[in-house]
Amino acid sequence: MTARTRLALQLTGFVVAVAALALLPRYVSDFRAFELHKVGLFFVAVLGLNVVTGYTGQISLGHGAFMAIGGYTTAILMTKAHLQDVWTIPLAGLVAGVAGLAFGLPALRLSGLYLALATFGIAISTPSVIRRAEGLTGGTTGLNLFGIPEQTGLGIEVEVLGRTLTFNDWLYYLTWGIAIVLFALAWALLASRHGRAFRATRDSEVAAASSGVSLAATKTLAFGVSAFYAGVAGSLLAIGTAFVDPNTYPIALSITLIVGAAVGGLGSLVGPAFGAAFIVYMPILAERFGNEAGGGLPAWGERIVKSPAVVYAVVLIVLMLVLPAGAGGLLGRAAPLLRRRSVDTV
Amino acid sequence: VTDFFQQVVAGLASGGIYASLALALVLIYRTTRVVNFAQGEMAMFTTFIAWALMDRGLGFWPAFALTLALAFVGGVAIERVVIRPVEGAPVLTVVIVTIGLALLLNGLAAAIWGSEVKSFRSAFSTRAIDVGGVAVSVQDLGVIAVSLVLVVVLWLFFRFTKLGLALRAAAVNPDESRLVGVRVGWMLALGWGLAALLGAVAGMLVAPTVFLEPNMMRAILLYAFAAAVLGGMDSPVGAVVGGLAFGVIQNLVETYVEEIGATLRLPVALALLLLVLLVRPQGLFGRAAVSRV
Repeated sequence: MTARTRLALQLTGFVVAVAALALLPRYVSDFRAFELHKVGLFFVAVLGLNVVTGYTGQISLGHGAFMAIGGYTTAILMTKAHLQDVWTIPLAGLVAGVAGLAFGLPALRLSGLYLALATFGIAISTPSVIRRAEGLTGGTTGLNLFGIPEQTGLGIEVEVLGRTLTFNDWLYYLTWGIAIVLFALAWALLASRHGRAFRATRDSEVAAASSGVSLAATKTLAFGVSAFYAGVAGSLLAIGTAFVDPNTYPIALSITLIVGAAVGGLGSLVGPAFGAAFIVYMPILAERFGNEAGGGLPAWGERIVKSPAVVYAVVLIVLMLVLPAGAGGLLGRAAPLLRRRSVDTV
Repeated sequence: VTDFFQQVVAGLASGGIYASLALALVLIYRTTRVVNFAQGEMAMFTTFIAWALMDRGLGFWPAFALTLALAFVGGVAIERVVIRPVEGAPVLTVVIVTIGLALLLNGLAAAIWGSEVKSFRSAFSTRAIDVGGVAVSVQDLGVIAVSLVLVVVLWLFFRFTKLGLALRAAAVNPDESRLVGVRVGWMLALGWGLAALLGAVAGMLVAPTVFLEPNMMRAILLYAFAAAVLGGMDSPVGAVVGGLAFGVIQNLVETYVEEIGATLRLPVALALLLLVLLVRPQGLFGRAAVSRV
């Protein structure tokens, strides 16, 4: 398969996916549209995390913090500067991106595990810093975005493909519209010179540096871009829930994101969609499983299978044992089957 | 000044607990190159087992010994069942497996024993004794003593026994160790078993003060991570020094830097840690990684 036919295939897949996403809200309930909005925003966040972790090889356990920065930027701009919610999204991304660049600098000196733990430290500190900066963030009470419908999608009437949108449909289109644009941008970035520098850094820092890649610039750029994505996702989460407080972005969020990235598959652009679906739907499925399972077991056994946490954890472990490279890795393994005897590489 | 020393001793006591858990992390990291995010939950789970044994009427020390044995077997089993299959997988996959393990143990403990807080009997009394004008609780001294004994025993084991040598060899150079007849696979499992045992000790030492509940080890695991990183992930001495230092610094910051207050205690401690890492990215006692291209 030549590079050109592959590009054509990829573009066709992209167009089909976009069309499917545009039509989907007609066939699902309002509630499902809200769930899918969450899948979309986690897709953005995991995509961003994948840029820094999957493509550049820097493990970050602190991306929940960048989501928090994005979410709070949106909330503060809406409540204090009375901006329309949509316009706060790029600003939220930029603020988080700058924070990411600022963090990328010290991160240069840390590698592997130490970086993972340093970023984890940031994730852990964020809620207490937010609580402390009460004047700006509202402290423990948080910031309420209800009651200002004129600044949200509630204040406008939008029609898509001849259908007037409900608020959840509007959230869905907003989120996935942004997700598609950011997906395309990530695709372009990774196919560019910078993308090659990312992968070279991941595969061998020494080899990359001796081929003229500036490790400092590359890692900082990757961190910045990835924090931008997380910031946008955090902003969308704030708009969707119409409320932010320190618990909107808990420590567990950072872990959830990295789980999503691993389940989706590192170094894959389509994988994050699976990861995002896992993040949103797995807890729901685990809960449902708990409600139905457990007949004919002793009391303690029933308590165990009825515990969503246990079911979730078992599924996660088994999934990682069966698919160590995630869903994206599975696709990667299937790809050679489609390819006729070829020697081309990525 | 007396107050200062009192705070230092209290810091050493919590530091001793961080040190044991940090040591467990380092042990696993050195043998299997895995950062074990489940270490805290493993400790919590074994502490629950000790509690259940005592609840059935066993005395403290028999329950203690039995728990250590069970923890060891459990650690070996975990390595065999879930860690072995992902041995060659990317680092992140292994990290996610240990995170899954942590969630699993947490969920199991909550399902079996419930999430309400239980009190855990201490081996030592909380009575204060006078040491050179400084009032120190027997509990704190006991914790420091147990952690120190543990470290010394472990050091003797690694330094002077054949098994200890085999364990170190398997960690440093698995291929050549295999050639000279070391059963590398079992050595790795043994490393996990020992780590689980260390975790159990840390859990039982800390349970009387933080009380027993499924989330009791969360913060402590974080401090242990910080301690291990501070000392250098591949240095057992570093883990112990890092643990003690972190405990003392944390206690002093809490007592003397009033403006910081309780809410920002953790971020400040972590910022200090980050600062150390920026100067010495490999930790205080760690060796800088040298890799071949």
